[in-house]
Amino acid sequence: MDLRAKADWVWRQTLEVYRRAPEVRLASSLSPIEIFVALYYGGLLRFDPQHPGWEERDRCIISKGHGSICMYPILADLGFFPAEELERVCQAGSFLGGIPDPVIPGYETVNGSLGHGLGVASGMALGLKVKGMPQDVVVVTGDGELHEGANWEAIMFAAQNRLDNLTLIVDDNRICMLGFTDEINSLGKLADRLGGFGWDCLEVDGHDVMAVHGALTHLKKARNGRPKALVARTIKGRGVPGLENAPLSHIMSPKIELIDALLQDSRP
Amino acid sequence: MTAPRPRAMRDALLERIWQGMAADERLFFVAADFGAPTLDRIRSDFPNRFVNVGIAEQNLINVSAGLALEGFKVFAYAIAPFITMRCYEQCRTNLALLSTVRTMNVTLVGVGAGYSYVVSGPTHQCYEDITLMRALPGFRVLSPADHVTAGALFDHCAGRTGLKYLRFDAQNLPVLYGETAPDLTQGFTLLRDGTDASVVATGYMVHTALKVAERLAEDGIHLAVVDLFDLSGFDQDALARLLAARPTLISMEEGFSGRGGVDSLLRDLLSRQGLERPTLGIGVEPAYRFELGDRATLHEQVGIGPAVAETRVRAFLERQ
Repeated sequence: MDLRAKADWVWRQTLEVYRRAPEVRLASSLSPIEIFVALYYGGLLRFDPQHPGWEERDRCIISKGHGSICMYPILADLGFFPAEELERVCQAGSFLGGIPDPVIPGYETVNGSLGHGLGVASGMALGLKVKGMPQDVVVVTGDGELHEGANWEAIMFAAQNRLDNLTLIVDDNRICMLGFTDEINSLGKLADRLGGFGWDCLEVDGHDVMAVHGALTHLKKARNGRPKALVARTIKGRGVPGLENAPLSHIMSPKIELIDALLQDSRP
Repeated sequence: MTAPRPRAMRDALLERIWQGMAADERLFFVAADFGAPTLDRIRSDFPNRFVNVGIAEQNLINVSAGLALEGFKVFAYAIAPFITMRCYEQCRTNLALLSTVRTMNVTLVGVGAGYSYVVSGPTHQCYEDITLMRALPGFRVLSPADHVTAGALFDHCAGRTGLKYLRFDAQNLPVLYGETAPDLTQGFTLLRDGTDASVVATGYMVHTALKVAERLAEDGIHLAVVDLFDLSGFDQDALARLLAARPTLISMEEGFSGRGGVDSLLRDLLSRQGLERPTLGIGVEPAYRFELGDRATLHEQVGIGPAVAETRVRAFLERQ
């Protein structure tokens, strides 16, 4: 699998979804593309698209729900649901909403409200350990989402309970809705903070899909009694002029003509 | 047959959970740093299926949700105002919402209904939980009036998927049911018959209702007293028949009056059943107070003690 080519394809597909359904959050769905491509195409997660609730699957909790529209083309491509569904995003009768919900095959939990995924994932990770099951639990959050205090309750809990089957991936695009995270409520040096709470933490360029894959492969192997985290430095709105790293990119809606031009340019 | 000695509701339930955990390896107990001697047995005998999340109710709910998704039957345990209001959005999002698309079995056990933490003040007292937890679709709200009922709730909750909130008194209340637990499927019990009014009460206030009924009976006024312990799943037709057979309706609750509690659910029942009855709602005057006193004194101050309730019931019935 050429992960770089797949990431490029997912980027274009995400723009295609936005073209048809401009209500979706585009900027925060472009920053985690390489994270999801590494997870879902890089052999890091076990799953069965025909049986999304398969007990032996690895659990992937997508806590930054609104910022994961790039998962729609990925899940369709992998066979979780037919690709025609991508034509109906945000339309009446579709299960693909402006914010993904667990009615979508492949989504585990309710993700519309931020700061919930890590705690629920910690409970799943504890449950798997008690059942003697070897599966991994992976959680993807944004960085702004970590302002929610419930995350830090879970961060302490996971370390205390030695949940080394739990991996937190932070899509660290450094922008919230109203500006740069550092200027709103800085997380400082996040990797150090997580380390201080007893987590093993790596940092990586979140748009270098091979580097993301390498880091996650390393973390997956480690089972040393400590929960694991990957801080992926990413760019919100990546690849879309005007949107990229703009402090208000979360609530900006690029013109459809601009998207069309980008799709034209980027086609091989 | 002698009635059993009054015990704490939590001890009656925890004992049943402890017994259940030996037989069912899918039972899991999650606590938010809140204990009881019986809890220590659970902690020492089942260390793999007991976890204390610390003083962290949001995570209490989230971890319970995650365990439930992995197939465990979860009992989550904390002080009543904290397990409901500190983590209300976790209850909504990760329990009520999620359980509409996933099979989950989670029972929240909240200790400290009403004024039962007498000297701890309004942070530890709880007058809003009936309204709040009944507002969440999927939650069964259960409010026992003695430890016999509380213990019987174990099978009712562990054996049934879905979400439940148990509203427990922190004090030992007089025993109502002797050796035989009430019929949990109907959701209420007619404890005392009477022809002048139906009094529907829950939790501690069932005992107040019985006292008021006793005093009025001396003057030839006869109140029927109903213990309504299932505040969301009771048999509506059966309760409506009971209310229809008496000319007036009085509700008694240790929760805010006129704010969507038992008074409201009964008026809603009357309305949906097409019944018209004069009603009197006896509940806590909706305000926060810092006065100290024993529970009986506090109850008289906020309008729900036996003396003030008796006066209000007499005045209400005289107007009819």
